[in-house]
Amino acid sequence: MNLKMKALTKSPWVYHLSTGSCNNCDIEILDCLTPRFDLERFGIQLVGSPRHADALLVTGNMTLKSMPRALEVYNQMPKPGVVIAIGTCSLGHGIFDGSYICPKTVDEVLPVDIYIPGCPPKPEAIIAGVAKLLNKLAGK
Amino acid sequence: MSEIIPIGPYHPLQEEPEFFKLHVEGERVTKLDIEIGYNHRGIEKLAESKSWDQVVFLVERICGICSTSHPAASVNAMEDAAGINAPERAQFIRMIVCELERIHSHLLWLGLAGHFIGYNTVWMWSWKYREIVCDVLEKISGNRQSYAMFKAGGVRRDILDEDIPWIRSSVDKLIPALDLFKGAVMDDPVIHARTKGIGILTEEMAKAYCVVGPTARASNVAIDVRRDDPYFLYDQVDFDVIVLGGGDVFDKAAVRILEMYESVKIIKQSLDLMKPGIVDLHIKEIPPGEGIGRAEAPRGEVYHYCLSDGSNFPARYKVRAPSYVNIFSNEVACIGQQVADAALVLAAVDPCYCCTERLIVVDNDTNKTREIKGNALIQLSHQRTEEIKKSLGIS
Repeated sequence: MNLKMKALTKSPWVYHLSTGSCNNCDIEILDCLTPRFDLERFGIQLVGSPRHADALLVTGNMTLKSMPRALEVYNQMPKPGVVIAIGTCSLGHGIFDGSYICPKTVDEVLPVDIYIPGCPPKPEAIIAGVAKLLNKLAGK
Repeated sequence: MSEIIPIGPYHPLQEEPEFFKLHVEGERVTKLDIEIGYNHRGIEKLAESKSWDQVVFLVERICGICSTSHPAASVNAMEDAAGINAPERAQFIRMIVCELERIHSHLLWLGLAGHFIGYNTVWMWSWKYREIVCDVLEKISGNRQSYAMFKAGGVRRDILDEDIPWIRSSVDKLIPALDLFKGAVMDDPVIHARTKGIGILTEEMAKAYCVVGPTARASNVAIDVRRDDPYFLYDQVDFDVIVLGGGDVFDKAAVRILEMYESVKIIKQSLDLMKPGIVDLHIKEIPPGEGIGRAEAPRGEVYHYCLSDGSNFPARYKVRAPSYVNIFSNEVACIGQQVADAALVLAAVDPCYCCTERLIVVDNDTNKTREIKGNALIQLSHQRTEEIKKSLGIS
């Protein structure tokens, strides 16, 4: 494991990218940061710019209008970085399957490393998913 | 020299992408362009390919924060088309879920507003107490968000009798928390300085822009679907419609805080009035015809229309959400404000906003672009709070 990856697994900073979600997953992501779940004790922090981020938390359907923006945000993220798809919409399209505005799923646009299913996934599930990914990256 | 500050469409905090272009001269905002549509998912078209039961799940996912108001308006529309009334117990359960959702949504907004003015403690506290509401909703429906409780003709789950004392005690726990927020917001000199007289939406402008919900009620426009056109059994419970006259950010916050007390009142009365009985009529089909449904979401009036041709699917489905009318009132509320206040004013209508991810200043004269890193708008706002604190002699 190189130095960059080691640093990434120590204290990943995450950037939250909504590509046309219904806010459910977004609220639960924010919920992870608030006192009951308190993700910051693992060094995970939400940052305001993709340029500071180690991981992208992608939620939503990847609508046509947000697709170029999502790619732009991904390109701004320093590499190596991980992409975490959260919620049923970003795994497949969920209930929005067949909509004319979302021809592609998130993993057809961005290289997704881990999927967290649920509509919305509970904060516990999000924390468990991120922890699993970190363990995997650390080679455990 | 006029400059344009684009806000969005992506943002550090949360929620949908929306794109605001602030035209500024020096520190003052002169014009606001609003571009939305990043979140368009074709829901009305999709509804035509879903069965009546599935439509309720679909509209639940229009917005995760209002994930009960849309189904509420939807079942109202379907029951209007079918000409039926859900059983009494089901109506009370619906009201309990609706009001719990109103509390959770207002607490959520309060937290975000606190974050915008640099009071992260308010954010953490309000989200901490929001967990109480989430727990109650989880107990009732099995899920923290997207409760999947409603269906045409009733609700999917009954509230168990043994859960009721626990629900009652949990709701009681909210009152001290609300008192805390009331004290923290209403008496704090810094919050007064940051929000009083900021982003005023006058009564006539509120009417001209047809704003709804707390945004209208803070501008002295007393509209509330729960009182004006009672759905469910809101006519059987006693509650006040909170109306304030200032139209500024402070009054919008105050309306929301005071409304949460009313919601607690409604929940308690519903628990008292609820009698044992059936909760679902198990209706088989919606006869041909039209139906409209209205419901008071945390942000204002939700309106749903459905057209049935007697088949298993709606022939046409139409949704009007409150944020769509509220967002455009920012066009007047933002003008003349300082850039540092803009994030707060935009957030004050609770539009599922928050788009301060990339902030590029485009100089109109030289056409040069410079990018300000991160959540610079929020930082500007925090700086302003610090300045006010200094001038008030509070460290």
